[in-house]
Amino acid sequence: MMGGYGDIKLLREDGLRLDGRKVDEMREVEIEAGILPAADGSAWVKHGLNVAVCAVYGPMEAHPRKIQRQDRCVIDVRYNMAPFSTSDRIRPGYNRRSREISKVTAESLESVVLVERYPRSKIRVEIEILAAEAGTRCVGITAAAVALADAGIPMRDLIVGVAAGKIEDTVVLDLDKAEDNYGQADLPMGILPTTGEIAFLQMDGDLSIEEYNTCVEYNMKAAKEIHELQKDALKRRYEEKMRGES
Amino acid sequence: MSGAGTGAELRLVTPGEAIETSSGVRAGTGTISYGDAIIATKVGWVNNNNGVISVDPINSAYMPRSGDLVIGVIESVRNNLWFADVNGPFNGLLPMSLAPWKVEFGAAREQMDIGDVMLARVQEVDEAHNIVLTMKGVGLRRLKEGFMLEVSMTHISRIRGDNDSTLNMLKDATDCRIIVGDNGRLWIDGDSEGLSVMKKIIDFVRNEGHKENFKATLVEFIEDARRNL
Repeated sequence: MMGGYGDIKLLREDGLRLDGRKVDEMREVEIEAGILPAADGSAWVKHGLNVAVCAVYGPMEAHPRKIQRQDRCVIDVRYNMAPFSTSDRIRPGYNRRSREISKVTAESLESVVLVERYPRSKIRVEIEILAAEAGTRCVGITAAAVALADAGIPMRDLIVGVAAGKIEDTVVLDLDKAEDNYGQADLPMGILPTTGEIAFLQMDGDLSIEEYNTCVEYNMKAAKEIHELQKDALKRRYEEKMRGES
Repeated sequence: MSGAGTGAELRLVTPGEAIETSSGVRAGTGTISYGDAIIATKVGWVNNNNGVISVDPINSAYMPRSGDLVIGVIESVRNNLWFADVNGPFNGLLPMSLAPWKVEFGAAREQMDIGDVMLARVQEVDEAHNIVLTMKGVGLRRLKEGFMLEVSMTHISRIRGDNDSTLNMLKDATDCRIIVGDNGRLWIDGDSEGLSVMKKIIDFVRNEGHKENFKATLVEFIEDARRNL
């Protein structure tokens, strides 16, 4: 087995994965919009055992002045994992990993938000991971998209974070913790679900072109499913209030 | 939420959703055209006004436009100008030349200090969102008494009603003075009984203001509130 960890088995005899999912089956996803009263927009996403909360503030004046852009707004993302989000306690505060994820999340959100509408401004996006089980950067992006839409910030599309990867030379969708740690490759993507454009892509490990194409295909399919849940969360927040009154 | 009560089916859209693909329609606020489709950029209700497709957003930040009547809070004072928070992304600038007083250079603080509330109009907004305010105009002044309240931007038109009908109803019911700013802020003043009713009404608007039968329930609510006084 390539890139193997000895005799760790990630696929069962019957072809299913350890948690009983099929190779192209996603973990269960739940999304809720508008859960934080203090924020301009907010979202809660549960993706398998991952739990992320996102709050959006702004647009506001960008401070310090040196980060201002005269022709567009900047998106200030702060991705943070709670100390209790994994079995090993995470030392609170900024670290190299959270800095990287904040940066790539901000860049993928910039491709959906109509940043040119708010010159010199800043939109603050705070993503807090309360529970982590592999794929938190994708969950963070999914939550940020819902929170931005909830805040009434103009966007050309929502954005969905999904990941596919390879375990035991088999391409699978949505890696869980064991598959992420002991698998061979991981391909998280940020997808604009309506147009199928890719705003964010990272690859950890090696994939052949055929395997890569299968990963993309799986991710696109999952993005459509999560997109429906995002839309549903946003609409539910307001339709519930409207129902039974007209 | 125009279109409410017209009998037309309201359609709720989310960003990225294609609203209309037929030709002959134009993209209005809250939408962009992408290829030959018109796409929503906000969560809101679709509105078709003579071929201009727009989305009335459910939640929106205040973006100042020239001519807006705004209620501002002074954030900082310089020798000859004030900076006021007008609930937008940037502070509004009020130069001495557009203030209703003539004071010595360096004595701006004597007229308005940090934390003071004022009623002003937006004179000018440039493409970089610099906001210039003016206090020259009828009724524009420093608000010395009363209370300032904030509501969601989408509820402002609901508080006013058609031709200020709802607003006049509130004034009659509570015997309060009320000023509705375009920036999502209200100023109210009156006797304590009227004020307590008014505050209850504004709370009611915050919770119910987006609903279709808002005005009917508001009338009921006002009657209840006055009976319980």
